[in-house]
Amino acid sequence: MGGERLKIILSLTPPLLIIFTLFFGGIFYGFLQSLGYQPAIGKYEINFSAYYNVMFSERYAKLFWTGLGLNLWVSFASTFLAAVFALFGALAIRKTFFAKTICNFIYSLNLPMPHLVVAVGIIFVFSQSGLLARLASQIGLIGSPGDFPVLVKDKYGLGIILAYIWKEAAFFFIILMSVLQSLGENFEELAQSLGANRWQRFRYVILPLVMPNLFSASIIVFAFSFGAYEVPALLGVIYPQMLPVMAFEFFLNPDLNARSEGMALSIIIAIIVMILVVFYFWLTQAKIRKD
Amino acid sequence: MNNNLKKINIYAIYLGAIILILPLIAFFINAFSFRWFYPQVIPKELSLQAWVRLKLIPKPGQRTFEGFIELWASNPAVIKALLNSLSIGFLVTIVSIIIALPAARVLGLLNFRFKKLIIFIMVSPTILPPIAFVLGLNINFISWGFSGNYFGVCLVHLVPIMPYVVLTMTGIFANYNPDFEHQARTLGANKTRTFLLITLPAIAPGMVVAALFAFLVSWSQYLLTFLIGAGKVMTLPLLVFSTASSGNPALTAAISIIFIFPAILILFFTSKFVSGESGATSGFGKI
Repeated sequence: MGGERLKIILSLTPPLLIIFTLFFGGIFYGFLQSLGYQPAIGKYEINFSAYYNVMFSERYAKLFWTGLGLNLWVSFASTFLAAVFALFGALAIRKTFFAKTICNFIYSLNLPMPHLVVAVGIIFVFSQSGLLARLASQIGLIGSPGDFPVLVKDKYGLGIILAYIWKEAAFFFIILMSVLQSLGENFEELAQSLGANRWQRFRYVILPLVMPNLFSASIIVFAFSFGAYEVPALLGVIYPQMLPVMAFEFFLNPDLNARSEGMALSIIIAIIVMILVVFYFWLTQAKIRKD
Repeated sequence: MNNNLKKINIYAIYLGAIILILPLIAFFINAFSFRWFYPQVIPKELSLQAWVRLKLIPKPGQRTFEGFIELWASNPAVIKALLNSLSIGFLVTIVSIIIALPAARVLGLLNFRFKKLIIFIMVSPTILPPIAFVLGLNINFISWGFSGNYFGVCLVHLVPIMPYVVLTMTGIFANYNPDFEHQARTLGANKTRTFLLITLPAIAPGMVVAALFAFLVSWSQYLLTFLIGAGKVMTLPLLVFSTASSGNPALTAAISIIFIFPAILILFFTSKFVSGESGATSGFGKI
């Protein structure tokens, strides 16, 4: 028994060591710095002024709260829309038809695509001189590029949402396809023979069955889109700015005092993600218990 | 009526596929045309100029075997970044698999106290954003001398990869029967032989998938490489980002095509393994 215990400890130590020193160590050190503890520039006192500055000072308050609003809007909208598109895609694609394998491949194509490339692709397609604008002008819908709506680098984060939908819909799609495949069509046929119509089969049979997987996938997508840097950095504007971009710019600021504010902001992002994930878990657990 | 509905359904799928593939089409048009002015949909002339400017294809007249070798040997920025990305990806993948293997075995086969807590700790980097730990870590790495070098970048790539390799391989071991190992051992095979002949073949398919996706996670890492590499370790995502920000569509498209090539290749070879039930898929959320 003692030997087994030793084996467990020895096997688990290396990965835990990496997670603890690099991941939790990084968070802890960032937290210390956000409290103003910066031995490198001779600051040893501890206070919450960086947090206060970021959230309430005249200089940054507006930037922070609009950024938080944009963050919530982008993450909720893109997670929800990606899940909805993927659900309809997965339900439609189950039937056999011409070129099904190719369609299946295309629908999963964005899955291994790096977010960075998806963001660049969105610029190529949706910018005012992009592929869609050219197509629109070709069929006479618009004249000059200026007539095409601003969908990339816009203040509502539409380009960012588009990029996340593009990328995460593929993620939802794969998960839904495998759930639907493992369920087979028995449930639906049974419901149909009992007289359920199309909507009822969707609402009372398919939706409850795929919901648990859809929920856990959307936690991953939501948390990711809330804290990711590349997509908003390429597709966003200076104001309003998403929080990860703001944190990163604070950090790169040559003024070393701004560094504490950047750290404070990154800790705030982490805390918000944690609260939302816990809330989400609580919500889904409560729902599952109720059902 | 039902038939009509089915037809609409199928057309909707085709339309969806066309919309999804638009960015890829735009990549290829941008990369192989030089003056693709608005409002042309199809470029007037095809050109390899972007590739020539990236020093990946020699100038016209020098496109012989020797010309290519000479050009590539001059170590253009893209080739350098490509080699960095590849070697970091390979190294990190191998190290993460070696580290994860014993841990995943223990987590998958045995039951013990705090197991849930340990799994929770291991997966926490998949939920919390990288920016939360990398800013603090950056300062630490500077004082440890890991900042701005290859080793530091490899080390920091382990953070997003580790949880996901451990989790995927735990899933493999959860469906693995260790009795075969006992049989091999009683029949006189030593530990190494048992591992090579019994354990490895049983876990190999799952391990390959875990490795491929671990590689992809490292391959697409931008923020961690940028901060820890401090501009001294150039990888493909960094090159894509800086070219995209400077706004030359032809060059951006050409580098992006090189950047996405392995991703598509990996999807092509693993599409039959990829399903929502395997832990492998959850790693995609991080790419």
